[in-house]
Amino acid sequence: MAAPVAAGLAGTALPALRDGAAAFTTLAEWPGLPRAAALSIGTGLASTFISLVLTLLILAAFAGTTTFARIRRMIAPLLSVPHAAAALGLAFLIAPSGWIARTLSPWLTGWDQPPNLLILNDPYGISLTLGLIAKELPFLLLMALAALPQIDADRRLATAATLGYGRLAGFALTTLPALYAQLRLPVYAVLAYGMTVVDMAMILGPSLPPTLSTQIVLWMAEASLMQRDTAAAAALLQCALVLAALGFWRLAEIAGRRLLIAMAFHGQRYAGLDRPAAAAALTATLVTAGSLTLGLAGLALWSVAGLWQFPDALPASLTLRNWATALPSLSTTFSTTLAIATIATLIALALTLACLQAEAQLRLTPTTRALTLLYLPLLVPQVAFLPGLQVIAFSTGVEGHLPAVAAAHLIFVLPYVFLSLAGPFRAWDTRIAISAATMGATESRIFWRLRLPMLLAPVLTACAVGIAVSVGQYLPTLLIGGGRIETLTTEAVALSSGGNRRLIGAYAMLQLAVPALAFAAALALPALIWRNRRAMRGLA
Amino acid sequence: MQRRDALRLLASLPVFAGFSTKALAEEWDSILEQAKGQTVYWHAWGGDPKINDFITWIGDTAMERHGVSLEHVKLASTADAVARVLAEQQAGQTTGGAVDLIWINGENFAAMKAQGLLFGPFAETLPNWPLVDTVGKPATVTDFTLPTGGYESPWAMAQLVFEYDTARLASPPTTLAALADWAIANPGRFTYPQPPDYLGTTFLKQVAYGVMADPTLLQSPVDEAAYDTQTAPLWAFLDRLHPALWREAKAFPQNEPALGQLLADGEVDIAFAFNPGRASAEIAAGTLPDTVRTFVLDGGTIGNASFVAIPFNAAHQAGAMVMANLILDPEVQARAQDPAILGFQTVLNIPALATEDRARFDALELGIATLSPADLGPVLLEPHASWMTRIAQDWAARYGVAQ
Repeated sequence: MAAPVAAGLAGTALPALRDGAAAFTTLAEWPGLPRAAALSIGTGLASTFISLVLTLLILAAFAGTTTFARIRRMIAPLLSVPHAAAALGLAFLIAPSGWIARTLSPWLTGWDQPPNLLILNDPYGISLTLGLIAKELPFLLLMALAALPQIDADRRLATAATLGYGRLAGFALTTLPALYAQLRLPVYAVLAYGMTVVDMAMILGPSLPPTLSTQIVLWMAEASLMQRDTAAAAALLQCALVLAALGFWRLAEIAGRRLLIAMAFHGQRYAGLDRPAAAAALTATLVTAGSLTLGLAGLALWSVAGLWQFPDALPASLTLRNWATALPSLSTTFSTTLAIATIATLIALALTLACLQAEAQLRLTPTTRALTLLYLPLLVPQVAFLPGLQVIAFSTGVEGHLPAVAAAHLIFVLPYVFLSLAGPFRAWDTRIAISAATMGATESRIFWRLRLPMLLAPVLTACAVGIAVSVGQYLPTLLIGGGRIETLTTEAVALSSGGNRRLIGAYAMLQLAVPALAFAAALALPALIWRNRRAMRGLA
Repeated sequence: MQRRDALRLLASLPVFAGFSTKALAEEWDSILEQAKGQTVYWHAWGGDPKINDFITWIGDTAMERHGVSLEHVKLASTADAVARVLAEQQAGQTTGGAVDLIWINGENFAAMKAQGLLFGPFAETLPNWPLVDTVGKPATVTDFTLPTGGYESPWAMAQLVFEYDTARLASPPTTLAALADWAIANPGRFTYPQPPDYLGTTFLKQVAYGVMADPTLLQSPVDEAAYDTQTAPLWAFLDRLHPALWREAKAFPQNEPALGQLLADGEVDIAFAFNPGRASAEIAAGTLPDTVRTFVLDGGTIGNASFVAIPFNAAHQAGAMVMANLILDPEVQARAQDPAILGFQTVLNIPALATEDRARFDALELGIATLSPADLGPVLLEPHASWMTRIAQDWAARYGVAQ
């Protein structure tokens, strides 16, 4: 995993260091630099911190309750919402001419034209932070869910409860330390992503100046091509910023640990916190899921809307025109998208299973270093190494071919597939394997006949996650595909540069459809296959 | 196309002038022959579904007439394609490049020409070239004061027009000063796309034309020594206007469609576009109310042409030339001008066309919100590209970092 990242970084460093690093001088002279860098760091850290706190709150307040199953069902599908679609949906919801304002106008607000309020693109990046939280919370929650069975959370919580600790305090003192060890890398990935996201920042973020990663893309797109070296220099700076933010986060982890230990020695039971915590967690979930769902509903409505003016809460007329426009090119785009996602996901799945099986057979324990390598593509900003990778791709002549694009997607799909599958795989009860071995079954027979079928549900979920990640990839598809490989996402991003909500709505629905189908299959197939196996149903 | 053929073509092009029509026709026939069965990758901005549909239609027509298929590579920014050709050049790839045809103009053209990234000259040898109105529409052979020299072929005329909703605004301000006064009297109801966006810089040029003591200076490269004095009125104008803009100029829309969306959402009362037919096309598409109309400023607005160009290393140069020629076909041009399709103004010289082709244009409705050619007023030529680079830089330094 490190090879493509290293190669790509080298390809980016070269232009940045040309002419005695003149590009860095140009970069330092850009007046917006301090603010753009601060915005990147601020929105990244704030969105990661809040997403993490909310995830932990939800787990602490509801783990093991019926509400929790409901929350999980509400949140899981949101993972497959593409970032750009989520951002556009939110933008339409909260803008002064957006859906909320339209619903309340003019009867309540008295507005017959949208008020001049700076809600979207606010200079502090608040709407961008909120958008990121809405997108990252589902991811962290699912990652945490995969980790909980491995750390024996139920027994820990039961022990804490018998000692009279409140749910929240019990969770924080007994489960959180072990859970966070499992969550650490996903959290780092979320932090790196939040700092470097481009499509969401373009739609929701400030523009005077924009975040650093957005500015990199703008420099890349400059007509005179004079700023490409500056962009490369800024990409390296962005890399350094991410590393610095990760370092800062690590320090915060140490401080948090001290705090927890101090709390534990204090012996307070904090039972009074449970009620407000549960209320806060529920509110956060409802706001997150509600805003994303409503935003997408708004986009869906736009995709069939005729004229829809402020302050009408609903379109004046409905039309299928946009769908008719989108459909002809759709079949090929759709199948390309699906083909790439399937190839990348299946290879990732095979690699992951081989890895985990070797680990199980050889009794290896995964080192942090190995895991960090796996995570490298998620931690290094895409804009920093993909352009370099593109140069390598077309000098070897593989660029513009579907397998090459699938290979590029694999770099990003593999970590996620590994992440989703590793937990359940390791948590599988090895006593079953021992019983089978005493009956003379070989290792491979145990794997194919017992382990894999029993892990069907997590395997399918991992596949769905892989497909969702692949469908959402924009930069790798554009750069390694040489613009010749069209997927739903490249189309959607090209269209969103034109801001046409109606068409973006249609594409967002389709972008959503592929992963949603995969997730639905991941839920339905095990239920179907295990319909006569009561004990297997709980494992879905 | 084989490299040998390309070289032969290149070698033969400048000599075309002395050729007989017969030889020319034979030359074109051999290009048609080579093009048959090729797939042309046309890299063009993909942000407007109307344009995307039109390009798809051109592809169908090319297949029908010449057996050439077309793939529209939808870009979020034209620079992606330029950068791609540049990267290929740096990697020493002189044949078989990924980009066959680019929708291009102005700064991108200047950059590509300067870097030796363009194939040509080819435009003036196209069979349909004589139909182009190079006299009445000088922008078809001059791109941002730079002579095109046959390295790009025009496909549509564009001119800045302002759009407003008659339901919200009775009589629009038709001078720059009146526009500023109106914007200040109606705070938050006017804005422009953020430079370096193309339409945003066009607005700045329009202002420069209106406030500079001697606008003819814009036709020659920037004189560094006098630049500050010359542009002072422009910044004074913007300083006065900004506090009254949409969101007090703390945020700007990204580009032309985003500005159009603000008009559709009722967030602004006056927008503008670089396509006189945009408003009519949007009304036809049901995205703007049919009360929207357009106007221009007294004394004229900025106009230019959109072009297609062929990179020096295009894998399918013959196919790309066939496309460039097809784009100049009267039937294609008339379809582009239809307000229900695109509303782009033609580059052809309509009076010089054959009778049935003239009839195609005569049959076109203008579109409910489109101004007639007479009402569009004079076209102001694009300033030299160096002005825009400087002004966009200055803009970013002055307003691009909100304090």
